[in-house]
Amino acid sequence: MSFSVTETSSRVKWISGTLVITYALITMIPLVWIMMTSFKTPPDSISYPPKVFYEPSLEGYVNLFTTRTRVSPETLASLPPPENFAEEIVRNRDMVIAGPSKFSGRFLNSVIIGFGSTFLSVFLGTLAAYAFSRFKIPLADDLLFFILSTRMMPPIAVAIPIFLMYRKLGLSDTHLGMILLYTAVNISLAVWLLKGFIDEIPREYEEAALIDGYTRFQAFYKVVLPQAATGIASTAIFCLIFAWNEYAFAVLLTSGTAQTAPPFIPTIIGVGGLDWPAIAAGATLFLLPVMIFTVMLRKHLLRGITFGAVRK
Amino acid sequence: MASERSPMGAINMSDKTIDRLAGATPVRVARKIKGLSDRAIAWIFVGPTIFLLLAVNIFPLIWTINLSFTNFKANRLNREVEYIGLRNYERILGDSDIWLSMQATAHFLFWTLFFQVLIGFTLAWLINKKFKGNDLWTTIIVLPMMLSPAVVGNFWTFLYQPQIGLFNYIVTFFTGADPSSFEMLGSVDLAPWSIVIVDTWMWTPFVMLICLAGLRSIPDYIYEAAEVDRASKLRQFFTITIPMVLPFLMLAVLFRGIENFKMFDLVVQLTGGGPGSVTEMASINLKREAFEKWRTGYSSAFAIILFVTVFGLASIYVKALNKVKER
Repeated sequence: MSFSVTETSSRVKWISGTLVITYALITMIPLVWIMMTSFKTPPDSISYPPKVFYEPSLEGYVNLFTTRTRVSPETLASLPPPENFAEEIVRNRDMVIAGPSKFSGRFLNSVIIGFGSTFLSVFLGTLAAYAFSRFKIPLADDLLFFILSTRMMPPIAVAIPIFLMYRKLGLSDTHLGMILLYTAVNISLAVWLLKGFIDEIPREYEEAALIDGYTRFQAFYKVVLPQAATGIASTAIFCLIFAWNEYAFAVLLTSGTAQTAPPFIPTIIGVGGLDWPAIAAGATLFLLPVMIFTVMLRKHLLRGITFGAVRK
Repeated sequence: MASERSPMGAINMSDKTIDRLAGATPVRVARKIKGLSDRAIAWIFVGPTIFLLLAVNIFPLIWTINLSFTNFKANRLNREVEYIGLRNYERILGDSDIWLSMQATAHFLFWTLFFQVLIGFTLAWLINKKFKGNDLWTTIIVLPMMLSPAVVGNFWTFLYQPQIGLFNYIVTFFTGADPSSFEMLGSVDLAPWSIVIVDTWMWTPFVMLICLAGLRSIPDYIYEAAEVDRASKLRQFFTITIPMVLPFLMLAVLFRGIENFKMFDLVVQLTGGGPGSVTEMASINLKREAFEKWRTGYSSAFAIILFVTVFGLASIYVKALNKVKER
């Protein structure tokens, strides 16, 4: 190894490593606690002192996916033996499964709206970004600034007229309405990020293709798109995470058919108060995909965050 | 249209390059291009985006401005709408509740930015010492900011429970206080801080990442030169590191500032504005006026005031930022 005056000593590295790891471990406590709580029984979850060691139970997950009704001991005794583990858990609490809960529907809504709006914002965003990057567009800078400044509005401020507008158009509480709304919010970031990626692709490639007789559209499709694939993918992840996590619009504009998981999870109620293991189970299922995504795609994601912010 | 062909392409991508490239398709080539003209394609490509933004962002904004001059109530559609001029704005500026909510927002903004800058910069500085495995630990620290604030915020209310909550337990474990003697979310003194803690936990990583980008942009040779000049480490830190990271740090503050001014989801889940109205920040107040009291005209005026405030503050700030960059 070559000697450099700016090379940090191993002692400094050791100290800074320890401090950072300590912070990282502390920061993980709430997330680990969510996952631990999801495997507790309701009494275990609210015991004092908080239980670190406990017998894992799937009661939280069962409660998350089902609705239950309390029955009298006589009826319970007269029932045939439970068919599966879920029923057994529920019967131990003197209850029977009445039907499925709304959770899987809400989760599916999150998936549909998340992927729908991501696809739309990346699709429209790529086209717009290409145009901004390659063509002379009158007032391009003003347009770009305008696109970006739409992000400064508090969501509630836009929610009032959108609420009225959607009611008139029949879009309130529909998947399409939410997809369009999230696309409009995301597209500013998408155009901004994608323009950066496309700017980096040398123009000469397309020109060569144009001379070879490609149309402009073919050149875009066959030359630029493959080159921008990584950029498009990381932009898509940002759009997806935003739509997945969004709460303000979801809680104001949806109530039933198109409600996503974030407004739903906090409202899960058990017997005599909030059912924390069930809430934790819902949170775990909802947060885990994003966490796995983040760890797996960390290089692109971390670059994307700084890139998007610093380019301004 | 400029038709000069420039020899440089990918090698030197300066700010001007993009503009130059935009006009640089040589006439010779342009004449041979088949299919639609560039101009047509440009509009086809940009059109849908502009249309969507006009329909879902700009049209509602104009509508809000219009509503802000009326006494419209969205839950009473049959009532005749009257234009009442600037009366909504006058009432807002004289409303003590609004000023209290602005104060709550300012408190939240100041302290979250303070802690996030302090911790975020320190972490970035430590990570930049490039110890083994630093990128994995960076990813772990980043996790909270990727998650849904509503879902995570909701779970924090569980951690904050007096008696059974993990947060209270840990605090009492280290301080020896009685676990049921304090209530993070229920007490007027502590509730604003409980929100600051969660926001700091969640968004410090963002400031950290931007600072890290700043630290990594400082070339080694500057430190080497300082070393040759026998500048002390402390002096290097204050004359090289801090000034060179400052533009990045200010940018991070701008983004967090705008986001936290709009803060809604975390607070709704944690305190819902309570106890009383000590944590009723601008967005919460706005939601209450608009969707609970249904004073649509009044809340539209408030929304416009908020938007203008953010926009104005951000513009002033960006000017300051550019000055720092120029140095």
